[in-house]
Amino acid sequence: MLKYIFKRIIAGVLSLFVLITITFFLMHAIPGGPFSPAEQRNVPAKVLDQINEKYGLNDPLIVQYKTYLTNLLHGDLGISFKKQDTSVNELIANGFPVSAKVGVLAIILALSIGIPLGILAAVKRGTGIDGFAMVLATIGISVPSFVICVLLMYLFCEKWKILPSYGLNSWKSYLLPVFCMAFSPIAYITRLMRSSMLEVMGQDYIRTERSKGVPEFTVIGKYALKNSILPVVTYVGPLVASLITGTFIIEKLFSIPGLGRYFVSAIADRDYSVTLGLTVFLGVVIIICNLVVDIMYVVIDPRVKIDE
Amino acid sequence: MVDAKELNLTDLSDELLQPLSDEERNTEEISRESVSYWKNCWRRFKKDKLAMLGLVVLIVMTLFAIFAPMLSPYTYDQTDFTALLQWPSATHWFGTDKMGRDIFVRTMYGARISLSIGFAAAAINMVIGVLYGGIAGYLGGRADMIMMRIVDILTGVPSLLYIILIMMFLGSNVQSILIAMCMTYWITTARMVRSQIFTLRNQDFALAAKVIGETKWQILMRHLIPNSMGSIIVTVTFLIPSAIFQEAFLSFLGIGIQVPMASWGTLANDAIEYLFTYPYQMLFPAAAISITIFALNFIGDGLRDALDPRLKK
Repeated sequence: MLKYIFKRIIAGVLSLFVLITITFFLMHAIPGGPFSPAEQRNVPAKVLDQINEKYGLNDPLIVQYKTYLTNLLHGDLGISFKKQDTSVNELIANGFPVSAKVGVLAIILALSIGIPLGILAAVKRGTGIDGFAMVLATIGISVPSFVICVLLMYLFCEKWKILPSYGLNSWKSYLLPVFCMAFSPIAYITRLMRSSMLEVMGQDYIRTERSKGVPEFTVIGKYALKNSILPVVTYVGPLVASLITGTFIIEKLFSIPGLGRYFVSAIADRDYSVTLGLTVFLGVVIIICNLVVDIMYVVIDPRVKIDE
Repeated sequence: MVDAKELNLTDLSDELLQPLSDEERNTEEISRESVSYWKNCWRRFKKDKLAMLGLVVLIVMTLFAIFAPMLSPYTYDQTDFTALLQWPSATHWFGTDKMGRDIFVRTMYGARISLSIGFAAAAINMVIGVLYGGIAGYLGGRADMIMMRIVDILTGVPSLLYIILIMMFLGSNVQSILIAMCMTYWITTARMVRSQIFTLRNQDFALAAKVIGETKWQILMRHLIPNSMGSIIVTVTFLIPSAIFQEAFLSFLGIGIQVPMASWGTLANDAIEYLFTYPYQMLFPAAAISITIFALNFIGDGLRDALDPRLKK
């Protein structure tokens, strides 16, 4: 297993390198730049040229690419082209803890509602509980999350005025963003859990456990759960990566100073260093999450042999 | 009865040589006509009332999408400045939008685009995802390592970058929507299938198939993938609505369909600014999406039960 993890880390570094290369050249293939004449209309061409020179944007692409990689190896993600006096390292160091806090809470909420609800729906198939879970799951995927956001914001912040609509100053201000973020994952986890639970409940070993007189709670919690949770683990891995690095819409709507909003604005502003920096950061998080998921497979189901 | 030992052939009287009655002769015959696997699945599927309901709803929805815009007195882009932002009424069943366009026709017209994009994207991505995940999971080892690292890289590349590039080179049409969606959409399915194959490939039935000399491809397609159908179907029923919304997001960015054309996703997007003043504008496209998803969920559930003979209610 240790050997496998070691191999994965090497492969992870390699894929990170490929990811940076692809993103770098894709980014430069898009017309315009952070200081292109089209954008900075009131600045004389000479000054723009000076600025471009200062940021090294006049160099050939290959030279810029080399410089970026060299700096990256020193742990330096560069400085933002658009936010003055801010390095990308600072940007991530300030934004990530905020996004991560909301994201982790959302994942905990999604798991603690989704898994029990999915199990209940499967065990009580065809009853009112199952119907309720199905309706909830369908609403969760067929109503866009921003609609839920706006609706809840209107009700709680405008109409009843019981929750703050921006910032993260008290525990109350976490409630809405966390719930909005968890909404569609709850739906997905419930459906996945229900479906795989139904499959497992029909298998012989469950009947054997029951015939031995094992209490239903133990049968489900101990034996059925272990064999049916794998799809949920698979889904949650990449979800963790995307939620802890911030969600654009939620952070924008609730004015949360996290990382999520930069993912869109940096690309729109052609802020090359921020775009690349975020990509590298997200890439690292994705690689770690997927490694953890793969190790979880082996822990949960010993029949899985991942390193053969 | 005549004792067999003492029986003399010449002694056989006519009454012992009577033909068997039909009832006696047919006792060994198989009572029901033997049916193929798919026929059997269809038989089981038909018994599931909810699944049939879902199928009927989906067919009705499709028929509406095809014929309603033809039969309606309005067209999807016909503006009427004497009837702006009207609530649902007998003349405009679903009301009108800020340009005085009839929302009923727009919703039905949107069904054409949303349903076809939803199904096409889901179908393409399911095929890619199932094959990719299946092969990575079954081969394991080095193949899995390389294939899944490629997936990691693809997840990492910011989608806006290639969306802008696709927009530049291909412009806005259905083709670019599908290409943009096929870039990363299949990844969830692939991961899901891979994890299922991991647990299945060392089980007895897979080993048995190996022992009787089936090829890797046969084992994968005949034994492993059918056994992970449950998760695949759930993933696909989720792929369709998220494709519908992704299309709206792409239209918002400039790929995808442009005004005055409409899809469910863009209708919902446009309705946000009127969410509190004219909520009916959000209600109808959102309801259309929800009904479709409900129908798909029921069909998916029924299909899974029908395909898997072990599952019993």
